[in-house]
Amino acid sequence: MRIALALVAVLLIIGASLALVWRPAIETIDPPARQSFDPELVKRGRQLAAIGNCTDCHTVRGGEQLAGGMPVRTPFGTVYSTNITPDPETGIGHWSEAAFRRAMNSGVDRAGQHLYPTFPYDHFTHVTNQDDGALYAYLMTRRPVHAPARQNQLSFPFDQRPLIAAWKLLYLRHDEVRPDSSKNSEWNRGAYLVEGLAHCGACHTPRNAFGAERKEAAFGGGEADNWLAYAINVQSPAPVPWTEQALFTYLRRGWHPDHGVARGPMAQVVSNLSPVDADDVRAIATYVAGLFGSPASDRIRSAEAVRTEANKAPTAAPQTSASIFAPNAVSPATNTGAAIYAAACASCHETSRPLPYAGLNLHLSTAISAPDPRNAANTILYGLPALDDERSPIMPGFAPSMTDAQVGALLIYLRAHFGHEPAWSKVEQTVAQARQAQAAFLQTSADPPNIATEPLPRDKP
Amino acid sequence: MMILKVNGRDHQIEAEPDTPLLYVLRDDIKLNAAKYGCGLGQCGACTVMVDGKAVLSCVTPLVLLVGKQITTLEGLGTVDRPAPIQRAFMEEQAAQCGYCIPGMMMRAQALLQRNSKPTDQQIRSALAPHLCRCGTHMRILRAVHRAARMMREAGNSTAGHGSPS
Repeated sequence: MRIALALVAVLLIIGASLALVWRPAIETIDPPARQSFDPELVKRGRQLAAIGNCTDCHTVRGGEQLAGGMPVRTPFGTVYSTNITPDPETGIGHWSEAAFRRAMNSGVDRAGQHLYPTFPYDHFTHVTNQDDGALYAYLMTRRPVHAPARQNQLSFPFDQRPLIAAWKLLYLRHDEVRPDSSKNSEWNRGAYLVEGLAHCGACHTPRNAFGAERKEAAFGGGEADNWLAYAINVQSPAPVPWTEQALFTYLRRGWHPDHGVARGPMAQVVSNLSPVDADDVRAIATYVAGLFGSPASDRIRSAEAVRTEANKAPTAAPQTSASIFAPNAVSPATNTGAAIYAAACASCHETSRPLPYAGLNLHLSTAISAPDPRNAANTILYGLPALDDERSPIMPGFAPSMTDAQVGALLIYLRAHFGHEPAWSKVEQTVAQARQAQAAFLQTSADPPNIATEPLPRDKP
Repeated sequence: MMILKVNGRDHQIEAEPDTPLLYVLRDDIKLNAAKYGCGLGQCGACTVMVDGKAVLSCVTPLVLLVGKQITTLEGLGTVDRPAPIQRAFMEEQAAQCGYCIPGMMMRAQALLQRNSKPTDQQIRSALAPHLCRCGTHMRILRAVHRAARMMREAGNSTAGHGSPS
């Protein structure tokens, strides 16, 4: 009798875990013809895909659009993005719309396998079926690319996909985003986009030990690819508080005179938003402005002070050669930093030329008032690369010409002179890490075809 | 005043610390291989090596160079005794107007010093910061491969290993 009871209990547990973990495969379909999709739907899907920033993760540097392969480094190992072109063998060509929808709202692929939450289905679950349909139409009409998925490099036990089912039980919520009738339609549209498809929190919200967003600290600042994703709530480190109009301008043009230029992963986000209708960008700005909240009066006062300081005519009279080449012993780092700033930075960052073709006055810089110097270090080392085929702000990078000690000294000076917060710690260490992160990033490109350069005939005997 | 180490020699320089290295090289030391292109660190024509790394000399102020070794194209070889990278560019006739070529050669040299056998793709991405409006890109690519071969062979023969592969 006892044995029978124990057996029943064991079977129940197995059954319950199976029910939790097991998901059926959804039948394959023949890749639908492009013509079978309504062009209007495809067009809408294109805008939605831009809001969802799909290409950013699903395209490896120098690789084919949406063909996957980009490594995403997590504390648990490296996960590679997958091919979401309609290639039948290696992409999603055999996926029905139902299979696509299931992946979006519960993170399960067509074959029934749980997907890692690096794919942000904790946000995508809020996307409507209608919008999923448009995204599906857009993706299924892209050019199919044959590109097999790369093997994830995860340590045990994180390489066990059934574990993801437990993660979902803890952290995947389907019904969080509901319309708020006390707010206007613009705010509600913004909430739908920001919490859902745009998945802003994926970078701007800190994560817990299991890699899930900490809802109690929503939008309190996170990270992406060794860049700080600043807090976009009341904890925002921006010297001048963000307004709805400033956010709209920034998301449309990629820069704002009070805040500077989007760079790092945010540059890609802004660039992807460019084909999106102004109404949707406005809605995002409205909702995010609400996240920042209205600034307290002391914040408004300090912002005024910062603006006044920044608008002063350039005063940084170049120091005399003697003091620069022989920094005094009292505070060598600050002195060296001041000398470097005066010689290498001030000519662009303290000029009467307006943004974006001059540098931001660093009194206004969020990077300088941020909790750590990562973004400032990244910018000094790698600058702002010019964009292909369009006018864009530029800044040369100083990685090859400055040592870690020089960049460190510059950062210490910038924080002391332009910031209003206490000094950063571990500055030189941050610089070294920034160099490592960049080196790792440069190794992430697809291996492109080696174009043969035949020697000229006269080379041969 | 500061001491600038260029091509193995110390030069006493009278200039403000924010003076770009390029100006000092061309105007004071009369080394004219590095070229003024855009002045904004965007075209690569002014590239020289600082401690073995390719650096855009037009946006590198003197204050950053205290105690560092600068190498210009003149420091690699002479007309009579050209360095492998220079010979390779001549043999491949890799210059058309030639204005960007000294910068390209310096970046290629820096690449070959850390990677003796780069792939096409590695050469292409290393030279990506260099703008060139003429038509010799494929020759430049071949020249860098040729220089790599020459440098490997030279390395092999001085190291006493048999014939180059």
